[in-house]
Amino acid sequence: MSFLGFPRPDGQVGIRNHIAIISTVICANDVTLKIAQQVEGAVAFLHDQGCCQTPIDLNQVTKTLVNLGKNPNLAGVLLVSLGCESVLVEEIRERIAASGKPVKTLSIQQIGGMLPAVAEGSRITQEMVIKASTIRRETFDDSHLIIGVKCGASDTTSGLISNPAAGAAFDLLYDHGGTCVFGETTEFLGAEHILMRRAATPQVKKKIGEIVTRMEQRAKMMGVDMRGGQPTTGNIKGGLTTIEEKSLGAIVKGGTKSIQGVYEYGDKVTKKGLYIVDSPGREPEFLTGIAAAGVQIIIFSTGIGAPQGFPFVPVLKITGNPKTEKYLPDHIDKFIKLPEEGENTIAQAGEEIYQEIKAIASGKKTKAEVLGYGQFSNIFTVGPVI
Amino acid sequence: MIKKRAIVINSKDNVATALDDLKAGQVIQEEVDSLKKNIKLNQDIPFGHKFSLKEIPSASPVIKYGEVIGTASELIKVGDYVHVHNLKSNRGRGDIK
Repeated sequence: MSFLGFPRPDGQVGIRNHIAIISTVICANDVTLKIAQQVEGAVAFLHDQGCCQTPIDLNQVTKTLVNLGKNPNLAGVLLVSLGCESVLVEEIRERIAASGKPVKTLSIQQIGGMLPAVAEGSRITQEMVIKASTIRRETFDDSHLIIGVKCGASDTTSGLISNPAAGAAFDLLYDHGGTCVFGETTEFLGAEHILMRRAATPQVKKKIGEIVTRMEQRAKMMGVDMRGGQPTTGNIKGGLTTIEEKSLGAIVKGGTKSIQGVYEYGDKVTKKGLYIVDSPGREPEFLTGIAAAGVQIIIFSTGIGAPQGFPFVPVLKITGNPKTEKYLPDHIDKFIKLPEEGENTIAQAGEEIYQEIKAIASGKKTKAEVLGYGQFSNIFTVGPVI
Repeated sequence: MIKKRAIVINSKDNVATALDDLKAGQVIQEEVDSLKKNIKLNQDIPFGHKFSLKEIPSASPVIKYGEVIGTASELIKVGDYVHVHNLKSNRGRGDIK
């Protein structure tokens, strides 16, 4: 069982060959976007962070930017900086460059403003794209796949069909020796006991309990019932009444295998097997966290219809809701039918999703990827803007 | 094959999920405690939403997936629509000291 991927100097395998223009601070987003729009083969990563935050968040932003840069789908990186931000741009550059891929930096204040920055950034990126275009796809076995999963705009069909189908695909990848990553800690509330039973070690079990308590405490600190925020208004419209109900339907997307470890947000997953990344449920922050974890593709299970993708990690959008399949055909890659009595469509759908992942890994494009839906990302932070 | 109109995920569940837009007065046959029972719906149940299979007293657990999904905030009768008006979450409740 194999796919065609791009070899990287550090031994990782990319399934896309992009050059990323990564903004190091919110103030550099405009220049970052212009360069990516100018150069074919480049993608922009924009976010709202990088300055006027507590050191805890600055470290989290730094780590996340480093590990985004190390994502195997990137052949090279240009870091666009304003020049006076709190995150240390040179440190980010050095840490990404340790992976062996080309990394350059550009400071808007140093170069003399937006116009020369866009011109110079476009020249640097043009060179990188041309060099990257000479890298050829090679055959790799499935154990080189590292896949994430997300559910968004969930409704009742998510827990009944599309999440279990995603989980079945995860189980197949696990059995092929690959790496599976899930998260959305908020959506463990009320279902954490099931995940804890699947922990590979007592330490992992304890850690799962800890991240759930921490996430719940953050919500409770606000002094209100979090319902409306989680489950969301859309979830409630879709028939999900409580966070416990949402969680019980959500965790099945992680499959049924033993959980080997729990990573903090922004960390890179470096081992094979099934892992949790502590993360919130909202798309812009979650997708960034899982891209930083190093996933090549994200299975995205939706109920009512979430359109988002991510700039350099293709998203495979699946739904079990027949209305969503009908009304949002531009966003749904795969529809999974609710099983009739006696049918086992979930195992079959899992196999189909697995084959689709391999097709995408070898170059097939997804709908969000072709539409370029996913320009607005963010990095999860825990403290205030100060 | 007859299209299923509702699904009970686990035999411990006291609610079922509608697989179609169901109407008040409609009778749905489901297995409850190993017996086939006819459940007459008291309200319209939209696709994906829940109705009760049993009488659930106020302050008792509501069960789906064989697990507790929250607590009934009032008496829920057989065939009642179960949603945010009569089912409260036990988690993430910063409003309860």
